[in-house]
Amino acid sequence: MALLKSNKVIFCLGNISPSLGVLSTRNSSWWGGVQMGPPDPILGVTEAFRRDTNPKKMNLGVGAYRDDQGKPFVLSCVRKAEALIAAKQLDKEYLPIGGLGDFTKACAQLALGADSEVLKSSRSITVQTISGTGSLRIGGNFLARFHAGPHDVYLPKPSWGNHTPIFRDAGMQLKAYRYYEPSTCGFDFKGALEDISKIPEKSVILLHACAHNPTGVDPRPEQWKEISQVVKERNLLPFFDMAYQGFASGDIDRDAWAVRHFIEQGHNIVLSQSFAKNMGLYGERVGGFTVVCSDAEEAKRVESQIKILIRPIYSNPPVNGARIASTILNTPELRSVWLQEVDSMAKRIISMREQLVAGLKKQGSSHNWQHVTDQIGMFCFTGLKPEQVERLIKEFSVYMTKDGRISMAGVTSGNVGYLAEAIHAVTK
Amino acid sequence: MSVFGEVPQAPPVAVFKLTADFREDSHPQKVNLGVGAYRTDDCQPWVLPVVKKVERLIVEDGSLNHEYLPILGLPEFRAAASKVALGDDSAAIQEGRVGAVQCLGGTGALRIGADFLRRWYNGSNNTATPVYVSAPTWENHNGVFGDAGFKDIRPYHYWDAAKRGLDLTGLLDDLEKAPEHSIFVLHACAHNPTGTDPTQEEWKTIAEIMKRRKLFAFFDSAYQGFASGDLDKDAWAIRFFVSEGFELFIAQSFSKNFGLYNERVGNLTVVAKDGDNLTRTLSQMEKIVRTTWSNPPSQGARIVSRTLTSPELFAEWKGNVKTMADRVLLMRSQLRSKLEALGTPGTWDHITQQIGMFSFTGLNPKQVEYLITEKHVYLMASGRINMCGLTTKNIDYIAQSIHEAVTKVQ
Repeated sequence: MALLKSNKVIFCLGNISPSLGVLSTRNSSWWGGVQMGPPDPILGVTEAFRRDTNPKKMNLGVGAYRDDQGKPFVLSCVRKAEALIAAKQLDKEYLPIGGLGDFTKACAQLALGADSEVLKSSRSITVQTISGTGSLRIGGNFLARFHAGPHDVYLPKPSWGNHTPIFRDAGMQLKAYRYYEPSTCGFDFKGALEDISKIPEKSVILLHACAHNPTGVDPRPEQWKEISQVVKERNLLPFFDMAYQGFASGDIDRDAWAVRHFIEQGHNIVLSQSFAKNMGLYGERVGGFTVVCSDAEEAKRVESQIKILIRPIYSNPPVNGARIASTILNTPELRSVWLQEVDSMAKRIISMREQLVAGLKKQGSSHNWQHVTDQIGMFCFTGLKPEQVERLIKEFSVYMTKDGRISMAGVTSGNVGYLAEAIHAVTK
Repeated sequence: MSVFGEVPQAPPVAVFKLTADFREDSHPQKVNLGVGAYRTDDCQPWVLPVVKKVERLIVEDGSLNHEYLPILGLPEFRAAASKVALGDDSAAIQEGRVGAVQCLGGTGALRIGADFLRRWYNGSNNTATPVYVSAPTWENHNGVFGDAGFKDIRPYHYWDAAKRGLDLTGLLDDLEKAPEHSIFVLHACAHNPTGTDPTQEEWKTIAEIMKRRKLFAFFDSAYQGFASGDLDKDAWAIRFFVSEGFELFIAQSFSKNFGLYNERVGNLTVVAKDGDNLTRTLSQMEKIVRTTWSNPPSQGARIVSRTLTSPELFAEWKGNVKTMADRVLLMRSQLRSKLEALGTPGTWDHITQQIGMFSFTGLNPKQVEYLITEKHVYLMASGRINMCGLTTKNIDYIAQSIHEAVTKVQ
């Protein structure tokens, strides 16, 4: 009897052996318990785009600038800088932990302005970082270790998707303040002020310096002034994310206005900068992290601690992109070429916005599309609903993220007409 | 009142402070035997000829742009780099159970690996899982694993100061006593800072115990090719472990063997039981990378990848690596003979037995201090010297200085 019973048991086990087989492989691996990470939503858009065979397809998910032929654009000032650098035959010795000195100096000057009192009194510290992401992460790590106030970072609603996991992994908690108003596709100024005025003292408030990602909605200067007031009254620490200086309006000083205004108003800000978009140096990973301190002595102490944070992540930063950026910023002719090129990138985007609105009017759209030209920078929050986005993808091969965000960089004079047609078709 | 008013001044990182002090020193015979970077016989940094060649190719290649790399890095680089570590004929690679993450230098590879292990290794929270690092070890190992969230970082016996060699008994004892599932950071070759590596037989014993006691092998491979001059020889330990069926991580650095220090070229090679486990692991590493640096820098990876995938360039690179390794071996042999000729007290054969860039001289802190302040010979307080800092022009001065330190200072 016992034998028969055991045979039955073996028989049952045999029936479910396929899953057991998987289980046993998982169990004999260290990584058996590792779950599959969720697919990246934006990557998913690009992958679907790639598979699509429609000749009219458009990829409006891409977060990188494209020229009017839809091609990646290497700035001529970058090529010139590369040639200059190659001719110098420099060595490959480690950079200091804080990065290339000529770069960090120029980086700070670009953001704060050459005549900045902060720079004159040496009361800020700027370190070279792995582009904007690396800068935000170092900033988050620094705050998690040293910030004397609540470890809450207040993000605008919505914000760049990666802000949340970056700050979370750095050890901070995330909260939000109202920002985007869907009914107007514009700035919820009243809601923002209300929320900000309730934020507990000494919390950290993250502000997009210009060209808000993902909405393209920026406060106007008068609105920034009021925001600055409330932030001051609540004694909050402003953390500026500036990934699009020059790329938004075409004018580097105009795009840095909010940052400089806050500093003039006495806020000792922290600031992340990226040169991915405004110099087209995406894959070279060029960025900066700045802390404005009370005085030079405090800046030195802060710098020493930031280095201690950097060393166990990547020891010291990559030189190539920083050398290119530094050469451009510090060589007068290259700098002026750069200013022209960043202006023309911004102007092409602005022109596409105008052409899209004109196109929609021409199609006979009765909707108000003013937000498309009011918004600024690479991205546009169209106001399209998920079902409309779905139709755009399936019926017109126009790819974007479900929130209705489009990257204007993917729009060209060659396809803007088609885009207007498609949007009109799903919204009429 | 500043929010940063209470931020204390942090101590400088010792090895960089040493170089800073060296730079300020105006003594004509000063020597820097501190930071680990290769120097020519003229005491100059050396950009490998093959690197210069490939950089020119890259600058002239009009088809290249500066677009983002994928989060996990340049695919050709990752594959080629893993192949260098595991061998062209690697069964594990053929079985589709090897993957990699391009990282910022060896440091970056260690960090991503550490961050992953803390989240996913043995259960979902490994802050209490013991991490063992050799005594002594590269000082940043502690920082990397500590900042990744591990709270229990312990030393394992390694350097025997009395016999100036490997404390094998202590090491094996630590392996036997370590809690199951502990993580061990192993130096693949050219141990930093001691230059003392286990023999092949010793590695076999280490592997046997680690397998039996379910200990995780995390290899730090910063000197492949640079240690003996032979890529395969320097990868023997890693390949042995893989052939024994271990799942493991290898943090590879191309800083030294390609001389690409400031381009931050590294690769975290992952060897898993099978493709399914590998895929899930890489997907989680991707998430970690995304919040650390989003995607890695392209320049260095392009240089390495072009070199490794072209038979001619690969051969040229191997030649360049051998040039560096041979010069170091020559300096070792000359330093030892000069010290022996001077009759410097003590035994000096450890200088030629040790391997790689560094030598643990056995000099004590007082002797080190004497060397720095009296002789302007800069070395780490541990007595570690960078053999690359020795040249045919300064070796007599250095040997003489060491002789003085040992005879005058106890």
